[in-house]
Amino acid sequence: MAEFWVGYLLPFLWILGKILMFVVVVLVCTAYLTYAERRIIGAMQMRIGPNVVGWFGLLQPFADAVKLLTKETVLPTGSSPVVFFLAPMVTFSLAMIAWAVIPVSPGWLISNINVGILYLFAVSSLGVYGIVMAGWASNSRYAFLGAMRSAAQMVSYEVSIGFIMISVLLSAGSLNLSQIVEAQKGLWYFIPHFPMFVIFFISVLAETNRHPFDLPEAESELVAGFMTEYSSMSFALFFLGEYANMIMMSGVVSILFLGGWLAPMDNAFFNAVPGIVWFALKISFCLFLMIWVRATFPRYRYDQLMRLGWKVFLPLSLVWLIATAGFLVYTGRVPA
Amino acid sequence: MIVASLAFYLFSVIAVVSALNVIFQRNPVHSVLWLILTFFNAAGLFVLLGAEFLAMILVVVYVGAVAVLFLFVVMMLDINITVIREGFMKYLPVGAFIGVVLLVELALVFGGWASAPQAEALRLAPTPDIAQISNTEALGRIIYTQYVYVFQAAGLVLLVAMIGSIVLTLRRRPGVRKQDISTQVNRRKEDTVEVVKVPVGKGIA
Repeated sequence: MAEFWVGYLLPFLWILGKILMFVVVVLVCTAYLTYAERRIIGAMQMRIGPNVVGWFGLLQPFADAVKLLTKETVLPTGSSPVVFFLAPMVTFSLAMIAWAVIPVSPGWLISNINVGILYLFAVSSLGVYGIVMAGWASNSRYAFLGAMRSAAQMVSYEVSIGFIMISVLLSAGSLNLSQIVEAQKGLWYFIPHFPMFVIFFISVLAETNRHPFDLPEAESELVAGFMTEYSSMSFALFFLGEYANMIMMSGVVSILFLGGWLAPMDNAFFNAVPGIVWFALKISFCLFLMIWVRATFPRYRYDQLMRLGWKVFLPLSLVWLIATAGFLVYTGRVPA
Repeated sequence: MIVASLAFYLFSVIAVVSALNVIFQRNPVHSVLWLILTFFNAAGLFVLLGAEFLAMILVVVYVGAVAVLFLFVVMMLDINITVIREGFMKYLPVGAFIGVVLLVELALVFGGWASAPQAEALRLAPTPDIAQISNTEALGRIIYTQYVYVFQAAGLVLLVAMIGSIVLTLRRRPGVRKQDISTQVNRRKEDTVEVVKVPVGKGIA
């Protein structure tokens, strides 16, 4: 019995505790990301933004959550009820399970698996299902069009994301996220891989359906795209999932290109700051860029979006991958 | 080991149940969704075997790409279920016959299956040693050294298939106006804009 306690139950409770910590922190960050987005865009457009609920409007996310919870859940006629309610859950849980492998500080992660980067790639490639299921189950033209667009868009940009990830892991010589971060000691990969850093960031915008690639929910033509029929809690799950995805993808950008938890300079003063602070700062930087892009650029047209993905990003990332491999072999820097 | 066997039974039961649901669902979209669940559980079984690379590739390739295209096509098709059901009795004997033949063949293969003694020894001593390196690296070493020509041949087959599907679907439609970004960027002010002083009361001829 004692063996059962020490061997199974304690590790199980410990893992459960870690998961709970991650989920709570991510959810609070997600809530405040929505607030930050409204405030930042407000400032950029010379408005005030939410500033009434609580000090500086800091309780606004909770007010919104309460408002959404008390609204009526609508099930459209002719819809497929199970799939309809499964879709937001899929989106939300996918945004959460990706955090299982993201190291926020040395050793601070839930699971240190060997194929961490592949796991992240797999989870982000699954994100399309929530949207497609929502679009189909809603039994609505607008939702369906949004879902179709989103499926094509996310599948297209995944390809270049995959190639860029391969370039990075060739340089690091590992698929383990902690080892990729460790390999960036001294030189963060956004310096040697700068063009890929830019392309990766833009592909992330497309992958998370953010502006200027938010065609799946283009409100000027599709009402609200795949979310048209959703209200109340199911809408909130989509909303949270989307913003949690933004944070997660920013985390991926930070790990692959901005050196994860590493301090910008390897000296005692910077190293005294805990790694998680640097990681959070890098994520915030990426999130700020995403919000900035939203406030700045108009929406892409659909054919332009496809052209950019297939005819520009895909060849560029493929050439860069070959160039990286060639450079590593030629200069004898292939990591063992 | 209890946890591992519990996980094994969980994954395999869900995999079998969802595989059955793939063929028993009336709605083709639901069938594809069940198929996706089957893929997931197969990936789970791979993880239990310690083949995490194969598991992730299964999810990325089959669930993330192939099944998305399946879903895409099935959703776009206007499938009338009653029309499909109509010929059910007509095709039942043929289908049952093929099913029985396959089942008998499988039984024969399974009954007469024996591995060579050398193969048994190879299986017990995997190259390279799994304890030393991760299985992704082991897989890479074998594929890119021992089986490099077979691997390249498989790549060529895929390339031919890709070119074939592009050739089959590429149609040149005349009279379609497309955006050509390089011409747009290369347009100069002198070629397109003419500044004219318009005389009052005369206009431009």
